[in-house]
Amino acid sequence: MYTDKVIDHFKNPRNMGEIEGADGIGRVGNVKCGDVMYLYIKVAKRTDSKGREEEYIEDVKFKTLGCAAAVAASSMTTELALGKSLDEAYKLSRDGINEALGKLPPQKYHCSILSADGIKKAIEDYWNKKQDKTDN
Amino acid sequence: MNKIYLDNAATTKIDQKVVDNMIKAHQLFGNPSSLHFFGQEASKALNDARNFIAFFFGCEFEEIVFTSGGSEADNLAIRGTVEANKSIDEPHVITTMIEHHAVLHTVQDLEKQGKIDATYIKPNEEGLISPESILEAIRDNTVLVSVMFVNNETGAVQPIASIGNIIENANIERIKRGLPRITFHTDAVQAPEFFSLGVKYLKVDLLSISAHKLHGPRGIGLLYVKKGSKLCPQICGGKQEFGYRAGTENLAGIFGLSAALEVIVRERADSKDSYVEEKADFPLMISDSIKHVSKLKEKLISGLLSIDNVRINGSAEYSSPAILNVSFLNAEGEAIILNLDFEGIAVSSGSACTSRTLEPSHVLTAMGVEPKWSHGAIRFSLSRETTEEEIDKLCEVLPGIISKLRQMSPLKPEEM
Repeated sequence: MYTDKVIDHFKNPRNMGEIEGADGIGRVGNVKCGDVMYLYIKVAKRTDSKGREEEYIEDVKFKTLGCAAAVAASSMTTELALGKSLDEAYKLSRDGINEALGKLPPQKYHCSILSADGIKKAIEDYWNKKQDKTDN
Repeated sequence: MNKIYLDNAATTKIDQKVVDNMIKAHQLFGNPSSLHFFGQEASKALNDARNFIAFFFGCEFEEIVFTSGGSEADNLAIRGTVEANKSIDEPHVITTMIEHHAVLHTVQDLEKQGKIDATYIKPNEEGLISPESILEAIRDNTVLVSVMFVNNETGAVQPIASIGNIIENANIERIKRGLPRITFHTDAVQAPEFFSLGVKYLKVDLLSISAHKLHGPRGIGLLYVKKGSKLCPQICGGKQEFGYRAGTENLAGIFGLSAALEVIVRERADSKDSYVEEKADFPLMISDSIKHVSKLKEKLISGLLSIDNVRINGSAEYSSPAILNVSFLNAEGEAIILNLDFEGIAVSSGSACTSRTLEPSHVLTAMGVEPKWSHGAIRFSLSRETTEEEIDKLCEVLPGIISKLRQMSPLKPEEM
């Protein structure tokens, strides 16, 4: 039912845990539907190839209550997001995550949607907090 | 690594005696309907098997109708009864919310086709159906009541004899009033190894079983059809199975089913101690192997209760000795199953049929189990072949798996 890649990420999840004082947190899912996922990001600045300053994901961690697909999708999402600029990471798509896992069974596709939403929410949380700071 | 199989409610390991018997049947290749020697030899063997099986149920030879399995037997019982009552204005069927999908989806299908009105009885929080709730649901146009014997997910044992009694009494009144007679069907697929299937005691008209749930082969089951029942065949063709089910008989399967039942009967006969539990709605057939299974279930329960935030789903008193349904808070069922599989231990969530869908079990939901518990439900199902060492191994590895998954969860139990 699951690809070896999914089983591998479920068995040995990458970047599992919390980030204390995270710059952004994405909380998605709920207990009623059975999957709950928290994605934590730490943001830093660097200079891109064109010499412009950009913000990127310096560290990312997740915690997930859910099935193998939900855990594997969370793990894969952190792997794909780590080191990417915020703009790139924000564009991570459910299909991209699904492809990277070697495709989830159709009834588990929603797990990749959940983790794609998780990273977006974490980045939005960071942007909102930054906005609040500049507003103050 | 020695693999441990604790998914016996899904299917059981075939008994070697059953395999040996089936090989014999394959050598009797004649068609039992043929007049020549080859046919008659097969016909005689078929009769012997049917005779023995009728003895097992305490019924007559002509009341055993072989089918391809439990699902077909359930379909024949429900569709066949409804069709036989089609002259009635909007026939009404009563079943429960906790049936196997072979019953539930069949009733829903007939309802969708506009052929019946249906009532689905809700169980109490222990997963038990009350006989009174069946009585209250009976209407003038009720033609069929279908209630399972042993629930495949929780092991809860339903009060079949009491319901049978209520329906029998209701029928006496109904005949006087010129109302249709109610047929009573039970899906007893999870019962034969453990509970008395004396059909006269249970007061059922129709009863389904399947061989592969009792160490027999797949592809064979039967429907007990009480003489005089109004039932239309659903597979038409030849006159096999007393006109209730066409098709050349699956002699090897029938031999396998018969041999599997014979193993049970012999084990009871050879037991140091064997008797039927004297509880009206709990006809447990005590034998050495049943005692063994019951003891292992007790051991498993005490092992599991050492883990915090655990609950047992289903009745403790009226429960199959072979099935235990447990929920772990803050750990997801499929994740637990896969982790146990990595350790060589096979279990399932609610049922094999629901393990590929996302919805929590319809049985647990009907019992009012909250999602935070039902998503973490695991069914352990034992058999006479399960050993104490296997239960020890399970109790040894499970706490670590649950704690690993809980560490991965973003929630704390008190936040759920």
